[in-house]
Amino acid sequence: MSAVAAIEPMIKADAIRKNYGRLEVLKGIDLQVQQGEVVCLIGPSGSGKSTLLRCINHLETLDAGRMWVDGAVMGYDLKGSKLHEQSHARICRSRVEIGMVFQHFNLFPHMTVLENLIEAPRLVLREKRSVATQRALKLLESVGLGDKAKAYPRQLSGGQQQRVAIARALCMKPKVMLFDEPTSALDPELVGEVLKVMKDLAATGMTMVVVTHEMNFARDVADRVVFMDDGHVVEQGPAAEVIGNPQHERTRAFLASVL
Amino acid sequence: MSVLTEPRETAVAPDDYTIVKAKHPGRWISAAVIVFVAILLLRSVMTNPNFGWGTVGMYLRDVSIVRGIGITLELTVICMAIGIVLGVVLAVMRIAANPVVRTAAFAYVNFFRGTPVLVQLLFWYNLAALYPSISFGIPGLDLDANRIITPMTAAILGLGLNQAAYMSEIVRAGILSVEHGQSEAAGALGINRLQTMRRIILPQAMRVIIPPTGNETIGMLKTTALVSVISVPELLYSSQIIYARNFETIPLLMVASIWYIVVTSILSIGQYYLERHYAKGGQRSLPPTPWQQLKRIVRVHAPLTSKGAIK
Repeated sequence: MSAVAAIEPMIKADAIRKNYGRLEVLKGIDLQVQQGEVVCLIGPSGSGKSTLLRCINHLETLDAGRMWVDGAVMGYDLKGSKLHEQSHARICRSRVEIGMVFQHFNLFPHMTVLENLIEAPRLVLREKRSVATQRALKLLESVGLGDKAKAYPRQLSGGQQQRVAIARALCMKPKVMLFDEPTSALDPELVGEVLKVMKDLAATGMTMVVVTHEMNFARDVADRVVFMDDGHVVEQGPAAEVIGNPQHERTRAFLASVL
Repeated sequence: MSVLTEPRETAVAPDDYTIVKAKHPGRWISAAVIVFVAILLLRSVMTNPNFGWGTVGMYLRDVSIVRGIGITLELTVICMAIGIVLGVVLAVMRIAANPVVRTAAFAYVNFFRGTPVLVQLLFWYNLAALYPSISFGIPGLDLDANRIITPMTAAILGLGLNQAAYMSEIVRAGILSVEHGQSEAAGALGINRLQTMRRIILPQAMRVIIPPTGNETIGMLKTTALVSVISVPELLYSSQIIYARNFETIPLLMVASIWYIVVTSILSIGQYYLERHYAKGGQRSLPPTPWQQLKRIVRVHAPLTSKGAIK
């Protein structure tokens, strides 16, 4: 037990608060994600789970609290008790470690699949085209799209686009992968192919935080499920326990409505 | 008894039905009225001796007229180039995080859009009255405004800087048309703001930017006629010089108009195909070209065969 406790968590949210104007979206969130852990965030819409996810890579700024990723405070330099805002360029550099997959894929429509994958490695990691291409093609192969390198996003199905988006994020060799409702915009019959890729990724030991409504995926793949409601973490624990035997009334009500 | 009864007339085989097109008498009447008015108009243009068609023919390819077209085209190209480059810079400034930068861009656009371009041209032309010597604040530099600001530079500055204000609004609309998710995805990949703008946002904004830019180019070609007031020998001014000598005012204005129409028509065709090109990928199938539409109108319809294909 002491050996485990000594390992710094990959992500540590520390009393995170976030407002949109007068609306308080996150009301003091504490959360830890260990290296190699797969955590699913579940909860009703408006509960703040997507906002929390976006705070991890600083797509949203915080109003209070600190977000630690891989031992450093995200978006700020911690000097004594003061958090100094980092420049946008610095934040971009920290984001290299954190891959993100969006609900609506957000592939670059004017680029081919391969160009989508190698754009950031070339611009940000300053890799040679040949090096990036080699890794990109291998990743496309691993998500089952080895033959689509020259296709444009519009020519692909939603499921294929989302698999490209996952490969694009992985092409930056991230330490953490964030998924923001990755299957919510997909036709039902395409959900499975995306979940399979995510399952394979989890099996490689990738640290993953997944906002999802797929309870079966959460039960099968997640090490831990976190139930959020109204800006609070209501309940968390092993997937089987939270989904199979929820302790809190609100969790029970939510699960009853989605299962 | 079944509800669905057999059709009573069974003499016609299913394949032998033909479609009789609806008659549109209203269309024929309106077409006839328009053709009648057009003939009247054409007749008056042909028979009115004041148009001086003989003189028009004589001056259509006059050396100074052709030289004037050259200057008109030169002005159009240079001023649009200035307008587009400066317009992109202003558009990016308009959406910058720094409020001073934003306000400066807004002030620029507001000033140049808010004053008539003719007044701006006169201002540039008379710059020497405002600043007899130009130093740009650099000690030792002392340029004579009268020598730098020739009619041509005044025209380029006036039209180019004014165009930049309009182009910046077009470019800004293009940038805003790109989904916010695109810059978010780029940001999540660690791509910085400048690279995101250059590699992700602007290429996608082009589809929105290109059509109105074509429109502006055609507009610019005609607006260059304004610089005749500061005696730049472009197409209109060249015609004016000739009719000041021979008093054939109308025929020479016709000469200028014909050339403006010819050049803008060529530009319109170019714009049409450029838009078609940038529409690719955005639509499943492209609208037909005028030539394809013409072919569709004159195509003879045959009754549908059993295979449903049009013979």
